[in-house]
Amino acid sequence: MPPIVEVKSLTKIYYRDSQKIPVLENLSLLIDDGEFLALMGPSGSGKTTLLNCLAGIDTPSSGSIVIGQEEITKLRGKSLALWRSQNIGFIFQLYNLIPVLTAFQNVELPLLLTKLSRKERHEHVETALSIVGLSDRIHHFPRQLSGGQEQRVAIARAIVSDPQLLLADEPTGDLDAKSADEILELLSQLNKEYNKTIIMVTHDPRAAQKSGRVIYLDKGVLSEQKE
Amino acid sequence: MKFLGLIWINLKRRKIRSILTFLSIVVALFLFCTLQAVLETVNSQFKIGNENRLVVRNSISIIFDLPISYLNWLKSLPEVKSVSYTNWFGGIYIEERNFFPQFAVDPETFLSMYPELIIPEDQKIAFLKERTACIVGEGLMKKYGWKLNDTIHLKGTIFPGDWPFIIRGVYRPATEEFGDNMYFHWNYLYEKSERAANIGTYIIELKDTSQAANVARVIDEHYKNSSYSTLTQDEKVFLLSFVSLYGNIGLLLNTIGMAITFAILLVTSNTMIMSVRERIPEIAVMKTLGFTDFLVFILILAEAIFLCILGGLSGCLFARFLYNVTGFNASGFLPGFHVSFKTIITGMIVTVIVGFVSGIIPAWQSSRLSIVNALRKV
Repeated sequence: MPPIVEVKSLTKIYYRDSQKIPVLENLSLLIDDGEFLALMGPSGSGKTTLLNCLAGIDTPSSGSIVIGQEEITKLRGKSLALWRSQNIGFIFQLYNLIPVLTAFQNVELPLLLTKLSRKERHEHVETALSIVGLSDRIHHFPRQLSGGQEQRVAIARAIVSDPQLLLADEPTGDLDAKSADEILELLSQLNKEYNKTIIMVTHDPRAAQKSGRVIYLDKGVLSEQKE
Repeated sequence: MKFLGLIWINLKRRKIRSILTFLSIVVALFLFCTLQAVLETVNSQFKIGNENRLVVRNSISIIFDLPISYLNWLKSLPEVKSVSYTNWFGGIYIEERNFFPQFAVDPETFLSMYPELIIPEDQKIAFLKERTACIVGEGLMKKYGWKLNDTIHLKGTIFPGDWPFIIRGVYRPATEEFGDNMYFHWNYLYEKSERAANIGTYIIELKDTSQAANVARVIDEHYKNSSYSTLTQDEKVFLLSFVSLYGNIGLLLNTIGMAITFAILLVTSNTMIMSVRERIPEIAVMKTLGFTDFLVFILILAEAIFLCILGGLSGCLFARFLYNVTGFNASGFLPGFHVSFKTIITGMIVTVIVGFVSGIIPAWQSSRLSIVNALRKV
């Protein structure tokens, strides 16, 4: 299977005043289409930075990232935003739903950027919410949902525009064990049934076990899990 | 159009704050329209002036009068078609707040010189032949519930005593700027005041408008060294000088208008800045989903403009409705006072500008927001 993600010699350096803080150092990585990859490592190891670079919301200091056929490190501004809207679904640890929008409206948000008609948008949203099992919570506001349900809405929002790549930043980090299991099961289902490529940052070894491959990031350097 | 719902939802997120901002814009635009309407009404007074008519008044001030003896000499000037005269009466109807302008006039010459007063012929004849008769504007008839042939009593202030008048005619002003006044016989004033009344202004109708400057100069030269020297102006200039008694009213009202505009600009800017600051993580999420910097800029700007338009339009329409329904005219000082369509358009342009200026900084800040930095604030 061809790699959907190809990271070459990726380096990310932060600057704090005159201090140089390298977060990712000459990192290379291949991820196949349809893979479910868990990215683990201690706090401050650069996991989220790598995920942000893959999502095109952070810019690497050097190196290249090719996703699909697109070298996203060469994209800027409007074209990068457009690429993100079509190719990436992002799932945050704290769900990051818009509190004044209902579950339906939150999921509809990415579709407002498309040329779909109102009716088509409604159909897409209903499908996404049914996949995550929240068809009965369609008009609920985030405050009326449990943490697990909020994360399901966030996942529905991530998949509604049918992106090939899902990026999840500690999706179970704020959930109890039962809800975490349900979310992991859902991600696993999206990977297996809908062939979504998933890259998940996690601290939780149990979550990592659900993935097909685990890689470790420590002090900006990648290493593969030893069986 | 699909983003309108999003803008509306964001405006409703802090209901009290949005309502207070909305109300402040409503009040500000209501005041703005009122001030503009006052200015427009004052300026419209010049429209009723006719260049074919000259007004002769005391050169010291309009509050000083002129002798009746000037009449024959003025009539004798070859360029003059006819001469009329008026005097301010200043009476009180029942109580002081019932103010309306009253003028003692020479009826025949005055009515023939002012076709702007449209009056039925039979009523005109009745007015002319009776010394205590008066004519009043139809607005006054309606306001005080008078009927034709009613007798009304005014309490004289400049000319003390009880002054009964019989309403023999009701006129309709050809233009609303002409206003609702009361006109009665100067002879009645002269006799009942025991010859205390003089002439406030002479009005001269010219045979040829081009002679206006020449005639004015001749009149003023003639009376230059008399006890009652004159100032002769065409009617438009005369009305302009009358308004100037209030000082530079235009500058004053425009300054107040600008201050109000600036105040709502600050209020709306504050609302938008607070609203955007609360939403930094949400804006970052939207950008992560693929909203471009430009789209975020437009959405925030549109929110500010939408709020201002909503408040501004309500304020303008409220002002128009209120003044039209109540027929407010500042006790006759502002005849034809109303909030015109032009004033509403001006108010709306101001509103959109205020919305744009108040929204541009938060919109720009939002568009420049770094997603990664903003997400750290969650």
